[in-house]
Amino acid sequence: MAGINEYVILSCILFGLGTIGFLTRRNALILFMSVELMLNSINLMLVAFSANRADMGGQVMVLFIFAVAAAEVAVGLAILICLFKHARSVDINKFNVLKW
Amino acid sequence: MEKYIFLIPLFPLLGFLINGLFGKRFGKGLISFIACTTIGFSFLVALFIWKDLLSMAPEHRIMTQSLWKWMAVGSFNVDLAFMIDPLSMIMCLIVTGISFLIHIYSTGYMWDDESYWRYMAYLNMFVFFMCMLILGANYVVMFVGWEGVGLASYLLIGFWYQGYDNAIAGKKAFVVNRIGDFGFVLGMFLMFWTFGSLSYQDVFPKALELYEHGAMAINSPVMVAICILLFIGATGKSAQIPLYVWLPDAMAGPTPVSALIHAATMVTAGVYMVARTNVLYTLAPTALLVVSLIAAATALFAATMGILQNDIKKVLAYSTVSQLGYMFIGVGVTAYWAGIFHLMTHAFFKACLFLCSGSVIHAMSGDQDMRHMGGLAKKMPVTYITMLFATIAIAGLPPFAGFFSKDEILGKAFAFPYYPMAGKVIWFLGTVGAGVTAFYMFRLIFMTFHGEFRGTEEQAHHVHESPLNMTLPLMILATFSLIGGWFGIPELIGEKLGGVPNLLEHFLEPVFEHSNHIVATVAHPHHVAEPLEWSLMTMSVIVAIIGICLAYYIYMVRGKELPEKLAKEYASHYQLIYNKYYVDEIYELMIVWPIYYLSVLLWKVVDAFMIDGIGVNGPGWLVKRLSAGSRLVQNGYVQTYGAFMLIGLVGMICFYLYR
Repeated sequence: MAGINEYVILSCILFGLGTIGFLTRRNALILFMSVELMLNSINLMLVAFSANRADMGGQVMVLFIFAVAAAEVAVGLAILICLFKHARSVDINKFNVLKW
Repeated sequence: MEKYIFLIPLFPLLGFLINGLFGKRFGKGLISFIACTTIGFSFLVALFIWKDLLSMAPEHRIMTQSLWKWMAVGSFNVDLAFMIDPLSMIMCLIVTGISFLIHIYSTGYMWDDESYWRYMAYLNMFVFFMCMLILGANYVVMFVGWEGVGLASYLLIGFWYQGYDNAIAGKKAFVVNRIGDFGFVLGMFLMFWTFGSLSYQDVFPKALELYEHGAMAINSPVMVAICILLFIGATGKSAQIPLYVWLPDAMAGPTPVSALIHAATMVTAGVYMVARTNVLYTLAPTALLVVSLIAAATALFAATMGILQNDIKKVLAYSTVSQLGYMFIGVGVTAYWAGIFHLMTHAFFKACLFLCSGSVIHAMSGDQDMRHMGGLAKKMPVTYITMLFATIAIAGLPPFAGFFSKDEILGKAFAFPYYPMAGKVIWFLGTVGAGVTAFYMFRLIFMTFHGEFRGTEEQAHHVHESPLNMTLPLMILATFSLIGGWFGIPELIGEKLGGVPNLLEHFLEPVFEHSNHIVATVAHPHHVAEPLEWSLMTMSVIVAIIGICLAYYIYMVRGKELPEKLAKEYASHYQLIYNKYYVDEIYELMIVWPIYYLSVLLWKVVDAFMIDGIGVNGPGWLVKRLSAGSRLVQNGYVQTYGAFMLIGLVGMICFYLYR
């Protein structure tokens, strides 16, 4: 049986992968997927602790996070489609006009 | 009558304002009328006040009038107040009387000038400030007048300002004066700090009280400091060493200005000031020593510079510096009334000399060089006679005025109570100076009026005697050059004449009685024996006669070749004296250039580079540079921003974990 430690370690590894992906990838869709990965890793940790401590609070929070993440993706993809119409590309390095 | 004292300065002030503001539209007759009658009224008021003063008992001859409270700051109280006592009365009569004559003369001399209105306005302004100076009841009002006459002097010297040199001369006069004024102001500060007041009727009784109760000794350092600082102001205003250099250059102004301001009135302000402050000076003999030594040196030094000048006005300018030296010798050896006596006689004969020279310059169509003159006596008899009278007076031959005043000074200098040894030296310098004075003045007469005319044909045609409005003042002044000395006949001669009193000395006695008392008790002056007094008197006359004979020999008997021969033989000495001992050049080198280059340094380095560059523009530049660097943080890449957010987040977590 996996104890709580294993779940925490898995969650951290997933979070780390999500962060690295967010900071280094150029494709905007990949960025979104990395953000989802980070969110889901946190979900995993919350559920694990909820089961471990027999506290329902963790699972309730996860439901909230699912909803927020979905809404966020919807809005984010809508913005990305507008940007794509403008620049014909999803390379985020092309969107650096708001600078010095 | 004391309610009317303020009228004396008021009339010239009104004349100045009216002529100054509206004169440009007036006709010359109206301008002259306004200018002359205002001074005339001042003179009349002065005469009435004099009559009143004489009707009072000698010990109580002080009239004051306070117009209003001027400054009241804590314990510093200064009123705009006037005080008439015998000293200021004499000065008032001299100033208003001679100013009146010179205004009349100016109507002739300056009539053809296009800025006639401006000239008359400035002249009235000058008289206003001079009256403020002599009538003031405290040092602040005196200083207002002191500065004001300096301003009037600047404006009048540079009257023909279109000429560059005239403007430079005016500037020089004002700046050199200002240097002296700095000393004067410091003296005033010290005086206020010591006595708590600047009013004559506070300071002098307090000083006497401190001395009599033993709280302050003779020659206390603070008293000496006050007196010397005030005297520094006097060296500037009254052209003594080292600040006399502006006076010869001041001859760039119109001749009546030279007569009024730089001979009879403004330059005597320093002498008046020392006489007024006689109590403090008597309590500080060291200061008196300084005054009399500088004065004696100036008297002789300036006289030597006069013997070789070719410009008629420059000779008279150096003569003025020299004669002012005599006046300061007088007040410097505690013979205060004698200094004022010489001030009076000098005003008469020097004003006469300057006005006569103006007459000559007019006749010579503006030429002031004596080498072009000669033989003018026949063509300008009135000018010649009056100038001769004034010249005999300045040479010091009896019974003319200069003899009595100069002799009184030298006699008193010989018996200087505080420093008898110095007194002998001062007497010697003064007597030699008297001989030199006689020499250069008669040189002037011989070169100008005798011999053959050396000018051009045109000038010879134009030579004419001046009109009455110019010659009348000459005659009046020449008369006073003769009789003016009879107001101060010394006892020695007075007794022989059947008990003629020394009018001036007695009139001025109340002003100087405290000083005389202190001198008598402290210095135990020994009375000069009669035979010695007679010999001193005769010696000065002999010295004057020697000077005259020498001038006669060199410039009349052998006038054609001897002056030039001597100039060539003693070329180096001639050049040294002719170039005024290069004093102006030395000042230029040692004082003017360093200050000029210091100013340029302060401008270019301190002001432009340091204050503007680093102080004002510096922070701006720094902000620009810093922000130019900082803005590069915003590079527009979301991932960069995300990375920074992560770092910050991690930092905060660590901070709270390990706090």
